[in-house]
Amino acid sequence: MTTITTTDNKLKRLARSVRIPPVYIFLVVVFLVGGILDQILSDGQIFTNPLILLNIIVRSVALGIVAVGQTLVIIGASIDLSVAYTISITAIMSSYIMQGKTENVLTAIVGVLAIGIAIGLVNGLIVTKLKVNPFIATLGTSLIIKGIINASFSNYTGSVPKSFEFFGYGMVGPIPVSIIILLLIVFIGWFLLSRTQFGAHLYGVGGNVEVARLSGVRTDRVLIGAHIFCSMTAVISGLFLVSQMRAGAPWVGPNGIFDLNSIATTVIGGTALSGGKGGVWGTLAGVLIFGILDTTFNQLGVNPYLKSVFQGVIIVLAVASYTIRSKKDAA
Amino acid sequence: MTDKQEIIQEESNVKPLLEVRCITKKFPGVQALDDVSLQFYSGEVHAVVGENGAGKSTLMKILAGAYTPDSGDILLDGVKVSFSHPSEAQHKGISIIYQEFNLLPERTVAYNIFLGREPTKAGVIDIRKMNRDAKEVLKEIGIDKIISPTAVVSSLSVAEQQLVEIAKAISFKSQVLIMDEPTAALTYTEVNLLDNLIKRLKTRGMAIIFISHRLIEVFAIAEKITVLKDGKLVGTVMTKDVNPEQLVQMMVGRELDHYFPPLGQPEDFGEVVLSVRGASNQLIHDISFDLRKGEVLGVAGLQGSGRTELAQALFGVEPFKTGTLTINGKTSKFRQPYFAIKNRIGFVTEDRKSEGIFSRQPIRDNMLLTIRSIRNMFGLIHKDGTLRDRKIVPTLGNQLDIRTSSYDRDVQFLSGGNQQKVVLAKWLASNAKIFIFDEPTRGIDVESKASIHDMIRGLAKQGTAILMISSELPEVIGMSDRILVMADRTLMGELPAKASEEEIMLMATGHKKIGNSAETSAVGKE
Repeated sequence: MTTITTTDNKLKRLARSVRIPPVYIFLVVVFLVGGILDQILSDGQIFTNPLILLNIIVRSVALGIVAVGQTLVIIGASIDLSVAYTISITAIMSSYIMQGKTENVLTAIVGVLAIGIAIGLVNGLIVTKLKVNPFIATLGTSLIIKGIINASFSNYTGSVPKSFEFFGYGMVGPIPVSIIILLLIVFIGWFLLSRTQFGAHLYGVGGNVEVARLSGVRTDRVLIGAHIFCSMTAVISGLFLVSQMRAGAPWVGPNGIFDLNSIATTVIGGTALSGGKGGVWGTLAGVLIFGILDTTFNQLGVNPYLKSVFQGVIIVLAVASYTIRSKKDAA
Repeated sequence: MTDKQEIIQEESNVKPLLEVRCITKKFPGVQALDDVSLQFYSGEVHAVVGENGAGKSTLMKILAGAYTPDSGDILLDGVKVSFSHPSEAQHKGISIIYQEFNLLPERTVAYNIFLGREPTKAGVIDIRKMNRDAKEVLKEIGIDKIISPTAVVSSLSVAEQQLVEIAKAISFKSQVLIMDEPTAALTYTEVNLLDNLIKRLKTRGMAIIFISHRLIEVFAIAEKITVLKDGKLVGTVMTKDVNPEQLVQMMVGRELDHYFPPLGQPEDFGEVVLSVRGASNQLIHDISFDLRKGEVLGVAGLQGSGRTELAQALFGVEPFKTGTLTINGKTSKFRQPYFAIKNRIGFVTEDRKSEGIFSRQPIRDNMLLTIRSIRNMFGLIHKDGTLRDRKIVPTLGNQLDIRTSSYDRDVQFLSGGNQQKVVLAKWLASNAKIFIFDEPTRGIDVESKASIHDMIRGLAKQGTAILMISSELPEVIGMSDRILVMADRTLMGELPAKASEEEIMLMATGHKKIGNSAETSAVGKE
């Protein structure tokens, strides 16, 4: 239990400090099963071609970035349904401002980051000050953003300059820039959660907001901060998508189902929807599981609708396995 | 009375560490505190007692900065202070441990102790320092051997969590420690641990303010006792000048003799309605006993002895895996509570808030919950009862004396005692013939306690069989016609009515060896 005998002290401490989330077992299983199926039924590229592995990660970047933000708000016992349309408005506004000119890139980035901060601030304020259930609050802002976009734009708008495509397609040595950015965001998320007071307080707010308040935590600020961070990740994800697509379109966010998928991958990653528990490394694994499914199904040339079925099965299996585990722990 | 005055006069030469003057606080419809003035001295344990709703918790919350008083002053070391937030009080050296646990179950001990003031180095949390500091705090109160700073709180026992709370309070370098019913969740051995801790804190010059319903503890720990009633100060007495009967009289204005209704007579007891033979599951083992119609069978035991688990096994929450369970002569297997309810067993659970009531639903729906669940699922809902008996709600409401303006009000607005009555009504409505009570009066004021005891005895008189689990020995002794004692997750034996506390405790701790192993194994499993 709590007291550690000196003999296996070090081993236990090591195990505790690395503490790999259980979702990585799922990740390995999904990868092996996908690879074996690919080996039998297709050309076996998953196991033999390292480029396909890189490709799995690159395809996961947009979802991965926003899922990190989603993880933070969910740890704070909130949720953000507005990320999909935040991605859309980012994609469309940045491409609109850039108009294919490199000199406009900085303005565009600053502009959309400001939009992101504003959205996160509004979400956070509605949740903390007006005390609206976060599901409804962010659904509301989501609808508002959707309305604004649809009223103003109906198709591809503007374009990004070649220089900005580096974000989506560039390489640093053999590694795509996008992967570096994803890992950077995951690292920032991890750092915020486990190495800063903001993170410690966020776990407190999500675990029991009253306890946090009575301990002197400024609970509202913390949650608003998490919402702003989440909207910012949606903005970065939107910038990444627009750099890949070369022009922004209003359907980028909703077509990618970034709202529900970011929640699903967060939960698969072991973060509790009730808040106070979880982390970004688990979320990364959840995102990669979705990526592997994607690639496997493409390799096998299976009906894409079946992929959705499998995603559903995996969400349920993963979450059920956590519940069973925690029940066993309790007994 | 003049003695008392003199002593307090004497003491007033020493400056009080913390003082409240003419504190008044009003909530919508309730005068929670009315002109209360009190002094607390360093190195002194001061108990505050009173019925539920007497204003104790409100007063404590004002001292801790969770509420602001409508009028009146708080003086700390003779200086007027006011707190707009609990953290302000905490930083001025006033810490409070609330009745409900205030820890984050998924975080480590160290993170909990330093929540809101984590040590940082260049903006980054210094986890090593935090763990080291936490270890230091745990050591200070002598529990560093039991609790590790890196342990996740949910893996600790209730008592250990309580100790972590105290550690958290101590870590603020508090001068004043307020404890709101710190022992409610603890067993007797654990209470001893707390007693020792309090004594140690006292010698360090802390002022300790202590709210409790357990008068025995109040008398054991406190030097001074303040009685509140209906928001008003009844008086402050030195513990050595009063006896429990006088104190209860100050609290409620009646004698302690009426506390427990008379025990059952031999002619009250009927045939055996529930019988367990050699039953075990993963939590408890080798359970054998009989329960007769018309009797109150008490179950005593320390926390972790398997008391609650016994109730849960009987009710089908964690059913017995082996052995036999016979209800009214029929061998039964309850895989789910549904079957137990069908067999007319009622279970009044220990944790009312999470298991007993839907606090945000109307009284009437709470009362009719079980009867509706065992009737046809597609049957029509009747407002006050069922098709066969349409007057269940008003009848039971009157019978149990549930005090409310309307049965449409949500249960959350009722007092603790009245809520417990709603729980009882729920089972009476389903016509239960065997009642299992798990801590029926925990956290309930003295007067409601007495009326619930009367009700339990009344049920028995009407031929209901009652299994009553309680961690309060006076309650077990005062109520039970027979007493079962549990330890180490099994039944240790049976004692007759009016057994002494010593006899029960002896059995509950087993002959020394079993008692110790029970404790260590309970801790080891967590």
